[in-house]
Amino acid sequence: MPVFTQPVPRDLRGKLFEVNWAFVLLIVLTGSVGILMLYSVAGGAWDPWAIRHATRFGAGLAVMLVVAMVPPRVWMALAYPAYLGALFLLVMVELFGVTAMGAQRWIDLGPIRMQPSEIMKIALVLALARYYHDLPPENVSRPGGMIIPLMMIVAPFLLIAKQPDLGTAVLTGATGAVMVFLAGLSWKIILPGIIASGAGGLMFLRYGLEEYQRARVLTFLNPENDPLGAGYHIMQSKIALGSGGLTGKGYMQGTQAHLNFLPEKQTDFIFTMLGEEFGLVGGLAVLTLYALILGHCLITAMSCRSVFLRLVTMGVTTTFALYVFINTAMVMGLVPVVGVPLPMISYGGSVMFTVLIGLGLILGAHIHRAAEPPKGAGLFG
Amino acid sequence: MRRDKQESQSQFNRRTFMLGAGGVGVFAAIGSQLYNLQILNEDQYRVLSDNNQFSFRIQLPTRGRILDRFGETVAENRDSYRIYIVREQAGDPVLALDRLSRFMPLGEARRERVLRELARTPRFQPVTVAEGVDWETFSRVNLHLPELPGVMPDVGEVRTYPMPAAFAHVAGYVQSAPPEIAGNDPLLRHPAFRVGRTGVEISRDEELRGSAGSLKVEVNAFGRVIRELPEQSRPAEPGRDVTLTIDAASQRFATERLAGQSASAVAMDVRTGEILALASTPSFDPNLFVLGIPSREFRDLNENPYRPLFNKAINGLYAPASTVKGMISLAALRHGVMRPGERVNCRGSVRLGDRTFHCWRREGHGAVNMHDAIKVSCDTYFYEVASRLGIERIRETALELGMGQLFDIGIPMLSQAGGLFPSPQWKRARTGQGWTMGDTYNVGIGQGAVLSSPLQLAVMTARLATGRAVEPTLYARPVAPEFPRLDYDPAHIEAIHNAHVGVVHEPGGTSYWSLGGLGVDGVRMAGKTGTSQVYSISAEERARGVRSQDDLPWRLRNHGLFICYAPAEEPRYAVAVIVEHGGGGARSAAQPARDILRDLIIRDPSGRAGRIAARHDPIQLAQGGR
Repeated sequence: MPVFTQPVPRDLRGKLFEVNWAFVLLIVLTGSVGILMLYSVAGGAWDPWAIRHATRFGAGLAVMLVVAMVPPRVWMALAYPAYLGALFLLVMVELFGVTAMGAQRWIDLGPIRMQPSEIMKIALVLALARYYHDLPPENVSRPGGMIIPLMMIVAPFLLIAKQPDLGTAVLTGATGAVMVFLAGLSWKIILPGIIASGAGGLMFLRYGLEEYQRARVLTFLNPENDPLGAGYHIMQSKIALGSGGLTGKGYMQGTQAHLNFLPEKQTDFIFTMLGEEFGLVGGLAVLTLYALILGHCLITAMSCRSVFLRLVTMGVTTTFALYVFINTAMVMGLVPVVGVPLPMISYGGSVMFTVLIGLGLILGAHIHRAAEPPKGAGLFG
Repeated sequence: MRRDKQESQSQFNRRTFMLGAGGVGVFAAIGSQLYNLQILNEDQYRVLSDNNQFSFRIQLPTRGRILDRFGETVAENRDSYRIYIVREQAGDPVLALDRLSRFMPLGEARRERVLRELARTPRFQPVTVAEGVDWETFSRVNLHLPELPGVMPDVGEVRTYPMPAAFAHVAGYVQSAPPEIAGNDPLLRHPAFRVGRTGVEISRDEELRGSAGSLKVEVNAFGRVIRELPEQSRPAEPGRDVTLTIDAASQRFATERLAGQSASAVAMDVRTGEILALASTPSFDPNLFVLGIPSREFRDLNENPYRPLFNKAINGLYAPASTVKGMISLAALRHGVMRPGERVNCRGSVRLGDRTFHCWRREGHGAVNMHDAIKVSCDTYFYEVASRLGIERIRETALELGMGQLFDIGIPMLSQAGGLFPSPQWKRARTGQGWTMGDTYNVGIGQGAVLSSPLQLAVMTARLATGRAVEPTLYARPVAPEFPRLDYDPAHIEAIHNAHVGVVHEPGGTSYWSLGGLGVDGVRMAGKTGTSQVYSISAEERARGVRSQDDLPWRLRNHGLFICYAPAEEPRYAVAVIVEHGGGGARSAAQPARDILRDLIIRDPSGRAGRIAARHDPIQLAQGGR
């Protein structure tokens, strides 16, 4: 049991002193792996990916540290407005969104193109954390205490799934579910809930999937049946990984990647390329980096005094872990191909900022772990 | 309240711990799958990765050459200049072709074909614009290459026949393998690969072909070659050269000497059986067939009444006519049915039942012995000899001398090229009628059903000249052959030989006036004329004024035949010539045959080349025939 004897640091110097620099180092290392791999993807060139990834990562780190400095009560105050704003944006995407790769995910705000679903990932975590922070623990398993979180989770889930972006929708929904679980929902409700959602999931797989999604699931179940069709990506990814062996083919020597047998190697399949060029050693090293980051997150969560910070930390951690698990499991053929990037290594700005803001919240939670914001407080309350 | 809070905190921690444990489980699952892929199944995936990365391109073997007996080239490979275009670098294909057309002619049809092919091939794959481009055009395109993006000049090998007319029938030609032959063989299916289709090219195809090599290349996912790996490739093994017994100079000479006629000639070394010349005219250009002959030109060749595509020297069948008279005489001497000095009185014709058998000389030859009968080619004498011998004994000797036999000299021949020497059994089977004395009379002068090829006549001549069972061949035998002696009294062989010498060298001989000898000082020759009847002028036509062969259309005129060998004292070379519809043998065939023989004697390709040639001026072509 942590003992909250230390005061919450109030000035910047005190906060910087409290920053978990080991955690920051792990994050920097992971991002550097991304730069390294993107340099290889371009065949040994900074353009077009590595340099932009490095720039964004640098900017993201700065944002992360700024976020970490912000006192938790600010986040609490922003939680509901942020959630409602994100929900509004999701509706806007549904109505006016830009279609990319067959899905409406982007909203074009002049110079900025953004994915509201990314904002929602953070906003939902904040909103749920705030809700449970305010809710007396004994009400968690009562109908009155369950209906609102359920609606908070289901609304964005449906909107994102409709884009259609099933991967992000599942990610968001699962994060919400984990937070409800950690908030203390009674097992008497959890077990029937799991059974009910399992049955619902099966029904959904049967009737609710888009054609391409069903194809992906079928392909996942039997990739070798269709090596040049839908199973191509999984097959080529497995070939690339397998042929990497223990120590890999060498940096920038991945034949599968460089001869273009590997699809989308700068984004979703970057772990495959890493495994091909650095082998099992490289793959396990990166998995270890993620495991250490996640371990730090769990310790942070348990060291926090307030329900809000604990749940925020675990919400972000869950999203982060799901990114890592789904992406790596997907490229190895353990789960169907879903468009989930590998955090901080895959190329892509939107996700990178979400992840770093999320990690900033965890870093902040560590700094402010002794804080106990009052319930029901507004921004200036 | 505080208790509550502590309870809620420890519940949170428990559940967080549960999730953490679950996370460890997921990491373990992912790590073990990684181990499974990268360690346990590495070999399998390594193979699959190599299959992706590497591909093998076939390397065409260089086809072996065909050489004459002195190493002169009959068939070889020359560089063929090709112009390709690659869409990826060319940009707009129409503009690219416009640019290219400034330096080489590009017809409308070709432009369309190239554009069509460009549209359906991958962007990086070259499409042939032109093949067999001449050097001048090729170098001009090369010079202007910087202005021609996407244009790719290339040099490949193409079969070429430097002496096309002389060797078209012997060497044959190569072509792309037709689908029924190619099957799924990647070498045979290769668009630039050719296989032998006729002549030596087909019969020795396996040796000439060599074996394909493979070039290992690295390809990307779109099939484009990224780089070549020559050190991991197997080079193509070139085909072996094939050397013929043919003497290219004789072959050329024979072909030129017979030019303009529908004729053929076979020249042989009588001691070794080596064929020195095997000519068939008119000839054609086998080079046309290599890149694909235009159908119009093929039709012209195919429908030509002189049959240029047909190898008459081995496949042409003709009644041997009077050329068999030496052979008939030899049979008569063996069986003692006629003593050499015994005379037969020729009055120009002889009656058999109600039929009259004429001698070619209407006024008759008077009383002739065997020597004179051969010399003057008296038909009446041989009617008598044939009737005394009977068909079976004639046939026995004929077969021993090579008639009715198929000689495999090492190039494809028609199955019926063995000709025909009739027997009573054959006639009954064929017509249902019995053999008559009239049939025997006809066989006695080499007419009737008797059919032989120029090759067979050359073999018969060689056997008569040597008394040995000479076997012809186109390829030098590893060991000099010792052909078995034929079962004839050498004195009898000598008598026939003397008569054949008389044909040329004695007054009254059928070739005495037309040839009068070989034309080489101190070397005598032996020969025999033949006139193979194609059509007999009827009494009705005779009444209309058709008096001689010259009044008949070409296709009805007699074939002229001549067989000969020299030197008479020590026979070395034998020649047989048949001129289709050339009229009498003495007139049309004897002179070319003598010239071919004289050329052989002078240059002596079987002996030490050029030994006699030094003492003689280059031979002049005799008049006529061209």
